[in-house]
Amino acid sequence: MQAASSIGTSLDFYLFVSFALFTIGAIGAMTRKNMIVLLMCIELMLNAVNLMLVTFSTYYNNGDAQIFVFFTMVVAAAEATVGLSIIIMAYRNLKSIDIDMYNKLKN
Amino acid sequence: MSLQIISIILGSLTLASALMVVLSKHPVRSVIYLVITFFLITAMYIMMNAQFLAVVNMIVYAGAIMVLFLFVLMLLNLNKEVEPMATRGSQLAAFIAGGSLFLVLITALKDTLILGQSYRDNHSQIGLVKELGNLLFSKYIVAFELTSILFIAAMVGAILLAKRENQIIE
Repeated sequence: MQAASSIGTSLDFYLFVSFALFTIGAIGAMTRKNMIVLLMCIELMLNAVNLMLVTFSTYYNNGDAQIFVFFTMVVAAAEATVGLSIIIMAYRNLKSIDIDMYNKLKN
Repeated sequence: MSLQIISIILGSLTLASALMVVLSKHPVRSVIYLVITFFLITAMYIMMNAQFLAVVNMIVYAGAIMVLFLFVLMLLNLNKEVEPMATRGSQLAAFIAGGSLFLVLITALKDTLILGQSYRDNHSQIGLVKELGNLLFSKYIVAFELTSILFIAAMVGAILLAKRENQIIE
């Protein structure tokens, strides 16, 4: 155990980076009002989870987690296309991509 | 020792560019910083010997998805005046909430077995294309085939949503 000497090459460093990325994505999703930037912050959070899955996959020497990351990327690609087309359609109707404009969807 | 320095530089650069995604006012700059973040995450995958995922991450995320974002952003023709920002109070609340989330996650990390374990110890070969291909086309073949249906549904949905109301596609 070389806990102090291996701060860069140890796996918990990658876990730390992944947690920090997830937090940054969450803060961005809460502060930004632009819908496209919001979608980008969600992509950032997805990537943080992907990084964590790869880290654990390397640690346990198990390939299943990396297959999950592959499927996450597939779903993220589909999600981005549909989300962006929804944004385009909403921009045509409201001429704005402010997320607060869409509280009109309630009624 | 040099590997250590490389990973620390990679990690701090990743966090810095991710912060710039959130902090930069202009959305196009956010996209560019997000591309940089994805490239750095790809480098981290290479450091952990996950070669297949590194290539897929570079092509799918940094290539396809980010170009899609950039296209839509430039298609909408936004200018700086209409860029909406959150109020001061909600920003403060978001930072407090995010900070406590980070604190909880780090505290959960504190007592794990993984602490201090070097990823060079077990010489993981699992991220190579051969290993993952064997797994993907045997154990996960049903899920792999189902993704094609998902993509067709997403494609049809995107075209239906983005076309104009009175426009008929032949």
